[in-house]
Amino acid sequence: MSDKSKSIASKKTSGQDERLKEVSKLRLLLNRPELGAVGGAILVFIFFGIVAGDTGMFSAYGTLNFLDVSANLGIIAIAAAMLMIGGEFDLSIGSMIGFAGICIAIPAIYWGWPLWVSIIFAFAMAVLVGYFNGILVVRTGLPSFIVTLAMLFILRGATLAITRLITGRTQVPGLRVLIENDPIAWMFATDTFKWLFTWLGSMNLIALRTDGTPLATGIPPSVIWFIAATLFATWILMKTRYGNWIFASGGDKNGATNVGVPVGRVKISLFIGTAVAATIFATIQVLDAGSADTMRGNLKELEAIAAAVVGGCLLTGGYGSAIGAAFGALIFGTVSMGIFYTDVDTDWFKVFLGAMMLIAVVFNNYIRKRVTESK
Amino acid sequence: MLENLIEFNNISKFFGKVIALKDVTMKLKKGEIMCLLGDNGAGKSTLIKTLAGVHKPDEGEIVIEGKKTVFDSPKDALDMGIGTVYQDLALVPLMSVTRNFFMGREPLKGLPFFKTFDIEKANQIAAEKMGQIGIDVRDPSQAVGTMSGGERQCLAISRAIYFGAKVLVLDEPTSALGVHQASMVLKYVVKAASQGLAVILITHNVHHAYPVGNSFTVLNRGKSLGTFNKKDISREELLGMMAGGEELDKLEVELEEMNRINN
Repeated sequence: MSDKSKSIASKKTSGQDERLKEVSKLRLLLNRPELGAVGGAILVFIFFGIVAGDTGMFSAYGTLNFLDVSANLGIIAIAAAMLMIGGEFDLSIGSMIGFAGICIAIPAIYWGWPLWVSIIFAFAMAVLVGYFNGILVVRTGLPSFIVTLAMLFILRGATLAITRLITGRTQVPGLRVLIENDPIAWMFATDTFKWLFTWLGSMNLIALRTDGTPLATGIPPSVIWFIAATLFATWILMKTRYGNWIFASGGDKNGATNVGVPVGRVKISLFIGTAVAATIFATIQVLDAGSADTMRGNLKELEAIAAAVVGGCLLTGGYGSAIGAAFGALIFGTVSMGIFYTDVDTDWFKVFLGAMMLIAVVFNNYIRKRVTESK
Repeated sequence: MLENLIEFNNISKFFGKVIALKDVTMKLKKGEIMCLLGDNGAGKSTLIKTLAGVHKPDEGEIVIEGKKTVFDSPKDALDMGIGTVYQDLALVPLMSVTRNFFMGREPLKGLPFFKTFDIEKANQIAAEKMGQIGIDVRDPSQAVGTMSGGERQCLAISRAIYFGAKVLVLDEPTSALGVHQASMVLKYVVKAASQGLAVILITHNVHHAYPVGNSFTVLNRGKSLGTFNKKDISREELLGMMAGGEELDKLEVELEEMNRINN
């Protein structure tokens, strides 16, 4: 965006903008929040290209595998990033995933609801939970860290208690048979571009099973949702009035209120956004696995926040990008899968995750100083 | 032009038993700069908030262009053309000049339901408005954090004017600024007034107020000590009135005594 506006500015004020030209492309790039995540992702790919280039990690099947993991994380990371830009946290994302899962499974299996009604029910519950988080934070003025930490426990506990009460177990299987012919479920359960993979298989360009069908059958739904979410969020942040309000609410709550930004409404809508993203995540996973598990999504909120931070979001709000969060998720997804293809023990993944976050925070802090104090 | 653009007649404001303002009267014409002087606790901020529609006066009336007006909210005051620039400026350092300039009032384009923020137009207006006050914005997408304090103050004032302020209320616009930056802001205030705005400049710095003001209202302990035209009062007299002259006199006497003892 800055490139575009720059060219407009130079058109408008040509003749007196000789100072503008001194700002090199590189410097402009350095001021973008997503720079660290994009650079990090490139490094990760170079690393695995060298270490695991010949292991099948980058085959069609391997690539779709790490993309699927990245995409699932990315869906919640983008919502978390938008909320962080708006100046708040949501620690209840992981619990919301588990809760949304049983909101789909119990009505569909035990109460005989059609699957699509159960899915809509889960999304309605997500809007409720998000609204409740938001209104609590806005009305009480308490830190969202505390409010959503409480919600983390409440939702996880309720998920476990309700499931055990109704089913006597902690897992609800049997959903797979319901997917077929459902008017909504396909959106969360269908691989796309199957024809492409069939064709690639028939040309012997990708690996085949013994029966001749390709090992990788199509683009998983998570990847489509992930790409759509990234584009949608970026459009909102950069191109709409609401996007400007998000930056303003997170950057300076009082200032934004004074000039007429409805800060409370913006924040509540962002909390609804994270809960809905968690429900998209949950629906995809529940339909893919064919079962809901009360522990699903455990600790995902922290991974989502980590990806957003690596993607350039400031913990203090008002700065960040959806593309950055998407690349942050890609880094985590790629490393978590790629580590299986190397000789490195998978236990080291969390060490990497933590180190990556530390580097990102230091780097982002430096960037923020450059952006705000470059005079 | 003889008619007063805005009048505050006998404004009083009470908070429980506390009398924050009592019978404060101010009248402003177009193009006039009135400095509101007062020490800490004199009631300046209560008066600003009353002007801005945050507080409703308990007594007295506000008259704008001859019409009696009641502000129910800050938005009412804004709609009536009272643009208040608070001390914190309502600017977000991490956001660009353009995004700050139009914060809360973004220009839109496109179809209904798909309206987008018209950043091109916004950039153009922001660069133009900043250019008019002599700030060469190298790039309207640069962060406000890169601007100096004086430039930020000017941006906030320029924004208030662009969005229709007829009366500018400036809360301590120079208090955090150095000499050079302060004079830049004051120059801009004079320029704005010469274009027909009425300006209420709130400050406790007589040295900043005296050169630019046409008239001076001094607040002390919630009461107005009167409004004085520039020709009727000297800088020293103002200073004396504002701080409670006796206190300064007392200080002088005490210092003299200390000197005598030391010698």
